[in-house]
Amino acid sequence: MSQITPVFKREFLGYFRSPVAYVFLIVFLTASVGMAFFVGGFFKANQASLQSLFVFQPWLYLFLIPAAGMRLWSEERRGGTIELLFTLPLTTLDAVLGKFLAAWAFLILGLALTFPLAITVGWLGDPDWGVIAGGYLGSALMAGAYLALCALLSSLTKNQVIAFVLGVVVNLVLVFLGWSVFNGVLTGFLPVNVVDFIANLGFIPHFDAFAKGILDPRDFAYFGSVIALALTLNVVALER
Amino acid sequence: MIEVKELVKNYGDKRAVDGVSFTVRPGDILGFLGPNGAGKSTTMKMITGYIRPDAGSATVADIDVAKAPVAVKSRIGYLPESAPAYGEMTVQEFLNFIAEVRGYRSSATRRERVELALTRTHLLPVRRQVIETLSKGYKQRVGFAQALLHEPPCLVLDEPTDGLDPNQKNEVRTLIKTMSTDRAVILSTHILEEVEAICTRIILISRGKVVVDETPDAFRARKPGARLDSIFRDLTSADA
Repeated sequence: MSQITPVFKREFLGYFRSPVAYVFLIVFLTASVGMAFFVGGFFKANQASLQSLFVFQPWLYLFLIPAAGMRLWSEERRGGTIELLFTLPLTTLDAVLGKFLAAWAFLILGLALTFPLAITVGWLGDPDWGVIAGGYLGSALMAGAYLALCALLSSLTKNQVIAFVLGVVVNLVLVFLGWSVFNGVLTGFLPVNVVDFIANLGFIPHFDAFAKGILDPRDFAYFGSVIALALTLNVVALER
Repeated sequence: MIEVKELVKNYGDKRAVDGVSFTVRPGDILGFLGPNGAGKSTTMKMITGYIRPDAGSATVADIDVAKAPVAVKSRIGYLPESAPAYGEMTVQEFLNFIAEVRGYRSSATRRERVELALTRTHLLPVRRQVIETLSKGYKQRVGFAQALLHEPPCLVLDEPTDGLDPNQKNEVRTLIKTMSTDRAVILSTHILEEVEAICTRIILISRGKVVVDETPDAFRARKPGARLDSIFRDLTSADA
């Protein structure tokens, strides 16, 4: 397990060794804040909350996280470094966890850099900091779930474009399952408890709870299970 | 030191390696010869634990690769074909990463290891250069430095002189010779002069089977006066 650290460090710093990190962070921040202001009506809502930031995140992550996760294994396969990595004295699990945690930490860094928005809200009004913290926590967990799926898909191909497209599609399905508009359509012909069940498989209902400041162990368990399942399959796919 | 018994590997219907057995002792430099696609690289990948054999076993220092892959990997220095490395890192950063994974956790011992590897492979002038900007010869040396860094008792080198100019080839051969005194070395090549120059034993593999296992002198004695290529052609013409 101690072998996770060197893999983590290499991967995390790797983002900053190329323009990828800067491009990604700038796009991430511009898009998050831009959506909150221009689509979410940050000022018009006249509320001291970050609701207008968080409401778009499931949609924003749909494109941004596959972009950050597509390279995780595809690049190693394409460059042949996967052979180098797996002939070093570490287990597949060490490598999978090291890489996943590094990419996750990078995404959390991006998320954390939206802090001026929180400060603005605090300066203009009197927000409920618990709700804001819950939103950030939920957003970080949701990013982990998106990313774990993208890491798995990236291990299946050496083509980053394929990894990206697969990542968007799989995550899109999981966003749709929990999207209220989609669920509204389903209620037209399915019983309510079936629709509830389907909605619970999606990201949004679990994230919404966090964004409202509700910390339900079931929501932790949901994101935790998605991450654990995807990473387990990631190990299996690499050992195949 | 390295013992290979009845190794078998299939790729689909094709049997890439078909019951290969041999032993390499410390001080041996085993030249692994054969046409492209004969199964040289596949055999090496099984010894280094990168792929799993379908049957048979490979042991390094009496440890079975299939049972304790991490223990075996820590005793092998492996140069994969075309020397893959993380191109966005500098030579020094890359070797630092390798040293850390290889278990040199204090920065003092790590620095010492990296310095020694850089000196030995004459990489000092390019230590702060990004690997992807290096020439092929330098990249190959980075691969070497990575393989030698932890003073492994076994070295597995897949086409170590491929793509190098004559001076660089000579330099790499000298390096291998000096490294081999108390180590078991396997190197694959299809350059026959190389075998003559440094190997203490020849294994010729054709269509996944060992056809010849003898000293270079005995190999030459097969057809006195003939060039090695002509003996090689006679023995492997079935492949064409």
